Amino acid sequence: MAPREGTYGLLAEFDTPGDLIRAAQQARLDGWRRMDCYTPYPVEEVAEAIGFHRNKVPLVTLIGGLMGLAAMFLLEVWISVWAYPLNIGGRPTYSWPAFIVPAYEWTILFAGLSAAFGMLALNGLPALYHPLFNAPNFCDGATTDKFFLCLEALDPKFDLVEAKKYLQSFQPVSVVEVEY
Amino acid sequence: MAVELKDNPKLDPATGEYRVIAPGQSFRSVTEKITRIVLTPTTPLGWFALFGVAGAVATALLVAVTWLFLVGVGIWGITQPVAWGFAIINFVWWIGIGHAGTLISAILLLFKQGWRNSINRFAEAMTIFAVVCAGMFPLIHVGRPWLAYWMLPVPLTMNVWPQFRSPLLWDVFAVSTYAIISVVFWYIGMVPDFGTMRDRAESKLAKYAYGLCSLGWRGSARHWARYETSSLLLAGLATPLVLSVHTVISFDFAVAVLPGWHTTIFPPYFVAGAIYSGFAMVLTLAIPLRKFYHLESLVTERHIDNMGKVMLATGFIVAYGYAMEVFMAWYSASHWEAFMMWNRMFGPMGWAYWVLVTCNLAIPLTTLWSRKLRTNMAFMFLLSIVVNTGMWFERFVIIVTSLYRDFLPSSWGTYRATKWDYMTYVGTLGLFTALFLLFVRFLPMIPMSEIRTMLPGAKITPKKAAEAGD
Repeated sequence: MAPREGTYGLLAEFDTPGDLIRAAQQARLDGWRRMDCYTPYPVEEVAEAIGFHRNKVPLVTLIGGLMGLAAMFLLEVWISVWAYPLNIGGRPTYSWPAFIVPAYEWTILFAGLSAAFGMLALNGLPALYHPLFNAPNFCDGATTDKFFLCLEALDPKFDLVEAKKYLQSFQPVSVVEVEY
Repeated sequence: MAVELKDNPKLDPATGEYRVIAPGQSFRSVTEKITRIVLTPTTPLGWFALFGVAGAVATALLVAVTWLFLVGVGIWGITQPVAWGFAIINFVWWIGIGHAGTLISAILLLFKQGWRNSINRFAEAMTIFAVVCAGMFPLIHVGRPWLAYWMLPVPLTMNVWPQFRSPLLWDVFAVSTYAIISVVFWYIGMVPDFGTMRDRAESKLAKYAYGLCSLGWRGSARHWARYETSSLLLAGLATPLVLSVHTVISFDFAVAVLPGWHTTIFPPYFVAGAIYSGFAMVLTLAIPLRKFYHLESLVTERHIDNMGKVMLATGFIVAYGYAMEVFMAWYSASHWEAFMMWNRMFGPMGWAYWVLVTCNLAIPLTTLWSRKLRTNMAFMFLLSIVVNTGMWFERFVIIVTSLYRDFLPSSWGTYRATKWDYMTYVGTLGLFTALFLLFVRFLPMIPMSEIRTMLPGAKITPKKAAEAGD
């Protein structure tokens, strides 16, 4: 993909999570959709404010866990019954209770890896470059003690002058234009 | 007492408990405090001194293991009938230590115990380094470690496959899953903090390295929402995992018919013992760390106090386990069980049993009731060493004193560890310390993003109050 040019969006900086939540809620009510908030720690109310209620991580985890369970149990059955049947004290080759333990461990292994890597994939990470890192106040703010609201240029309502005025009405610490 | 409550700023007047975080901390001050330890250009001399000592001790491990690979497990004290000596004792001891890290990071997260936030990162690091030390022992104990991959279900030209009805094989899956999930949980927990480190690093190399580790974390609200779900799920998965790992390890013993091993109390009693020793190790690490790096405002008396309470509770579960072993030796009316217990207490190695009783029961379970002692740092540090010693002897007692005099007197023997056994054991202590020192030097040892959620600034104030300047 060719590098984009122009404006990525407008970034408003706030000092407290409360200010950010109020601004985000209002923007959502006013019809903004292409926007995101950036906080130094998880603030549940912010995700709610921009209308992000559900995510797919639990589903990915469930599928991963079931795959792990099936993979290990079938592997155990195949090995113990067909590939390499061993007579251990006359016990049946299909000793399913004994197979539960490794299958259980692999359920957790696959579910855990799916939860972690699924979360990263859904988040589009790793993404070492992002236009927001161009904003001078973003680094050392969004990861320390500042709260940001970004209205993105891809939103159909976006107009550089109007949007800037709109953000100013929330009395943020600053509003900066972010370039690609 | 009431006077003490009023005058001591470390106490929360509402609850009378010690505060989880000392008053007067802001987002920035907490971030500074934690990142400064890592991003400082000058490493404290004490760090080098400790690392030198730990590295030297770890070298003993290298020497011992090299000689082991050249000569074979005959250099150890293992023999018939005690074929499981130090290697398995140390394996169980180390993996048990690791369990407290998972307990703190996963179970206490699910129970919404906010106080865990300051200590969970280094407790998880402790878990991983303990698992590194633990995992080594079964591998070197097999005698031909270069064939360790035979334990895995991989298609070999020999057409030989593992035997899935053995608890020893269950161990392979339990411990490897535990190691992988612990590393993933630990790393995912650090990603936002790596973002902070990237943004605050001065040197180009640090910026680059932390930037790479942070995967480009930028704190988006959508990312945080998925991240929180993922953390909760990982915690929910790690909880049954940690309970299963030590249960499976206890099956290694409990499934055998040997008196002293063949008991159903083993799984819960092993898990409680693991948590008991693990919390002791967290204290051994936390008390010097908070002093050395001036983190008293983040790792407060409250943490030490609470960990003391957890140890008291798990200590009593362990005591119940010991009592039940003695009771069953009598109640089973089995001659072999009764002899095993008599031999364990009063036989030639009876001293080990009494060391265990003193270190695990007599000292901690009488003193941990006192809050004054629970918040006395010097006392808690010494106590943590005592409990770790006791827990090591517990595994020694279970393994050696059950094996060396079993059913047939003509096949009785004894066990004496050699210098290679001691070098290997002490060497892992050095390896563990060296890895931990590298961790505190290069990684944020307290999770900043989680601490921020507990600060007064994180409270969301309604608009009117915000305007009034509250």
